[in-house]
Amino acid sequence: MKIIVAIKQVPLRDSPLRVDPSGKWIQETGLSFEINEPDAYALEEALQLKEKHGGEVVALCAGPARATQTIREALAKGADRAIHIDEENLAALDTLGVAKLLTGAAKQENPDLILTGLQSDDLGYGQTGVVVAELLGISHSTIIMQVDVQQGAIRVKRELEDGWFQHITMPLPAVLTIQSGISKLRYATLMGIKKAKTKEIKRVIPAELSAPSAAAAVIERIYLPPKSKQTQILEGDAKTAAAKLVEKLKFEVRVL
Amino acid sequence: MSILVILEQRGGQWNRMSWETLAAGQQFGAALGVPVEAAVAGYGIGALAAEAATKKLGKIYAVEDELLETYTADSFSMALEALIRKVNPALVVFPHTYQVRDFAPKLATRFSQVLISDVISVRMEAGEPVFVRLLFQGKLNGDVRARGDGPHFASLQAGAWRADQVESGSSPVETFTPRLDASAIRQRPEAPFRESARAVDLTAAEIIVSVGRGIKEKENIAVVEELAKALGAELAASRPICDAGWLPMERQVGSSGQTVAPKVYLAVGISGAIQHLVGMKGAKTIVAINKDPNAPIFEVADYGIVGDLFEVVPALVEEVKKAKS
Repeated sequence: MKIIVAIKQVPLRDSPLRVDPSGKWIQETGLSFEINEPDAYALEEALQLKEKHGGEVVALCAGPARATQTIREALAKGADRAIHIDEENLAALDTLGVAKLLTGAAKQENPDLILTGLQSDDLGYGQTGVVVAELLGISHSTIIMQVDVQQGAIRVKRELEDGWFQHITMPLPAVLTIQSGISKLRYATLMGIKKAKTKEIKRVIPAELSAPSAAAAVIERIYLPPKSKQTQILEGDAKTAAAKLVEKLKFEVRVL
Repeated sequence: MSILVILEQRGGQWNRMSWETLAAGQQFGAALGVPVEAAVAGYGIGALAAEAATKKLGKIYAVEDELLETYTADSFSMALEALIRKVNPALVVFPHTYQVRDFAPKLATRFSQVLISDVISVRMEAGEPVFVRLLFQGKLNGDVRARGDGPHFASLQAGAWRADQVESGSSPVETFTPRLDASAIRQRPEAPFRESARAVDLTAAEIIVSVGRGIKEKENIAVVEELAKALGAELAASRPICDAGWLPMERQVGSSGQTVAPKVYLAVGISGAIQHLVGMKGAKTIVAINKDPNAPIFEVADYGIVGDLFEVVPALVEEVKKAKS
């Protein structure tokens, strides 16, 4: 079975973020980047499915040159090869624009299954996978916690709200968006890192994949969220701050 | 020009976020001076449509088809596509539920649009809505504007609008029958289920001590356990902690776990991703302990301590014990 995993490179979790002078995006200089966490789980699921059923795992990533590092890490973990859509200004595209690029590249591969994370840690729109399925004209399901491959079909466990789940069966090919925590993430082995250096990364330019179209939704401005509550920061060393908090809990909140 | 509000039901039961979205839709309509209509999709939903008809709306559409009895992404996309083509609204608003996340992006794509998802507020500028969303896990806000001709699509975050602000009225019901093609529905859903009976009911707790990624390792959970014990609190966690198996899933607070509103919620090493905040922002008093002064959790906290939890929490245990003795 041939599986494409769509991955995105995002700023390292807990990076200090600053708005760039344009006011429309963050300052990227000086930031470190990593794989979007839900995408890491999608990759893990793809590798496990390959181990069970055989086949090939192709990592697909749209992003600037720095994304190569994240792609190499995916290869080191066990992806067989990769496609890098060299898009310098990913933030200027809306989700439909990004999905069109991914769809263009996926189409040429004719995969049985496309996996991606349920949302990105940067924009958090949570829809790229669903849109890719629609553009390819194939079935999809979202927020997936388990995948069982059957004859020409898959049965998946989808998460619903408030601790509910549901099984859904659908024909292949299909797109699934994977929930974080579906399984335990593996680390790249030394051997894997060595092997990754010889694996193919095919570079594609966006113009080869889809005609540019005007964005349907644009981010006009980004900014620090205004505080909805007045937070009292309790200053001092650990002991002083703790004592202040206990006083608040005792005399103002009255729970002690 | 109109606004179409999509209400959500499952098995004849409303998703209560429907009313928040309806209240929002009514407010947008009033601000823009355009009529507001609503739709509910399903099978045998006459009673639900009648209930929605007691709200102030131009019209309520009962989208009825046997193939809508059980939700699938394919059937709901087809049915609502047909309705939207007929009604031709300027803006379609949804509650940002798991179901909407599953089909609304597909539906929007059919109109060459994107779903402006998980919107926390809207303001009108020059007769156009500007949608405010959270970016980077809540660390930044973004103003998003839809471009070009509609219909535009937006989903609204749980709790961002108030259900008790829905205006009552008397609205005509129109039944819309999309005539779906059964062979075009590819997903075969089974009945929803729960993994196990919940042994822990966090919703009954007066005090909750909740732990997040900042705890770093499973072995360190004992540090916050100690605090929970000293306070007589229930121990809870954000999703990553339960994903890693450090605490059982039944102790998870957030959109995929329990929604709690205790007297005091102590968030320890929790950055405050929106999926977590929706599960606890109803707490009367929120205390945050985090090393990052810019963590979004401080936006909802009443009291904050910026510092290393491995120093602050043991000190807090000592002080609590002292205060209680």
